[in-house]
Amino acid sequence: MTASTQTKVDVQAFNLHYGAFHALKNISIKFVDRKITALIGPSGCGKSTLLRCLNRMNDLIPTVRTEGRILLDGRNIYGSDIDVCDLRKKVGMVFQRPNPFPLSVRDNVSFGLRVAGQSDPAQVDAVVERSLRAAWLWDALSDKLDEPALELPLDQQQRLCVARLLAIEPEVILMDEPCSALDPIATSRIEELMLDLRRQYTIVIVTHNMQQAARISDFSGYMLLGDLIEYDVTKTLFTSPRDPRTQDYISGRYG
Amino acid sequence: MRIAPKYTQRIAIALLGGATLLTLLVLLFIILFVLEKGLPAVTWQFLSQAPRDMGRSGGIFPVIVGTFLLPLLAIAIALPLGVGTAVYLTEYTRETRLTRVIRFGTDCLAGIPSIIFGLFGFIFFVVILGFGWSLLSGGLTLALMILPTIIRTTEEAIRAVPNTFREVSFSLGATRWETVLHVVLPNALPGIATGIMLSLGRSIGETAAVIFTAGSALRMPTSVYDSVRTMAVHFYLLAREGISNENAYGTAAVLILAVLGVNLTAYWIMNRFVGRHT
Repeated sequence: MTASTQTKVDVQAFNLHYGAFHALKNISIKFVDRKITALIGPSGCGKSTLLRCLNRMNDLIPTVRTEGRILLDGRNIYGSDIDVCDLRKKVGMVFQRPNPFPLSVRDNVSFGLRVAGQSDPAQVDAVVERSLRAAWLWDALSDKLDEPALELPLDQQQRLCVARLLAIEPEVILMDEPCSALDPIATSRIEELMLDLRRQYTIVIVTHNMQQAARISDFSGYMLLGDLIEYDVTKTLFTSPRDPRTQDYISGRYG
Repeated sequence: MRIAPKYTQRIAIALLGGATLLTLLVLLFIILFVLEKGLPAVTWQFLSQAPRDMGRSGGIFPVIVGTFLLPLLAIAIALPLGVGTAVYLTEYTRETRLTRVIRFGTDCLAGIPSIIFGLFGFIFFVVILGFGWSLLSGGLTLALMILPTIIRTTEEAIRAVPNTFREVSFSLGATRWETVLHVVLPNALPGIATGIMLSLGRSIGETAAVIFTAGSALRMPTSVYDSVRTMAVHFYLLAREGISNENAYGTAAVLILAVLGVNLTAYWIMNRFVGRHT
């Protein structure tokens, strides 16, 4: 691991309540620039909730209340001066199930451009090609741009979702169990893609698959019942965890 | 005594099949009856000429024009209002007492007999606002009448758009309005089109609301302030006042064929549209 550990996203004493349920308890964690950080833990531990705080997708749930700060490049994303839409363009998300729109491949990738009012075809084509290349789809799909995205195999659909995200030039990519709907071969393709994307983007991935976390992440955090139990360099966390609860989980005695 | 499942199955098929068959037969009978009585009167002259002598002779061309202009005007007025209301109720508000009251209100509006709309349109648009018996008064009245249908079908269509689409759109930094414009409405379009077709069907055949508000002039309209006569009204007046049974049935036949044509076109457009997406 390199020594460069510049913090991209800094979560400081963050709490989240769903109504009366305390879902995130005083979480502090730093996500390092251009590294992959994995959040692991049993179902319901709050790892997806934490992920969705980083681009404020939890705002869409009416009963959510938050305290604490999350700094992106030093600026509090829960501050009153923040435009949530701008934030989400910087902190993009790939969901658990591949969820392309029922449109053509091209129209999926260019969605962000259309919303932004960009209609110059040459410009759109350039962005579509660049994004598909970055998501390793260009060779497979360059002659299928007008075909319906929903007819692609699942792993191509998921990479198309990555391409759709890359088209709006995010800085941070959040991945919420991006491989849980995929078979092992498709999963390994997504993982390779993530390692490639790490050169440019800060990646936070939530995963149930501990092997996956061990394979691809640089840092790992173990969460349990809304607490961040342990956070460390992945190798250290998986080989010599400090907390016995982490030990239990990674050795398969829990969850 | 218990009947063996094998037989209950057969009885069910026979009863359900019989019900379907009966419905189809009645429908077919009505259509054939009207066509049989009316088609002999339908000639090219009948379709292309203006009526003479109160419709005793001549054609129904201005009436056909009125029949299509009026519903089109009504939809042009009701569509933005209805879709706007539906988008507001589904995308911009949470389910509260107020939205339930609004929804109850639109449902009540849907149940009001059309002649009441006609009466209201007459008093409000024709008399108070002084639009007279005109395309405008008729169009506004029909717009009010079809508004609940448009709101309801649009609401259903919007609700059927998967939430993940909205979530993705938001996650890509789109605002709520951008999400409505680029994700929700395009995906709800087939459902909205259904609402338009239902409304078009209802207003093409409407008589009571129209006769009070659009009048029954036989001239070709030249502006929205001109009175028009629709085929349904024309049929009603010809038959009711015993002017010409022949031409009344001729008009009815054209009306039925027009409604059929509108529906077929709608299905064709919708199939094409839906096919493009999946």
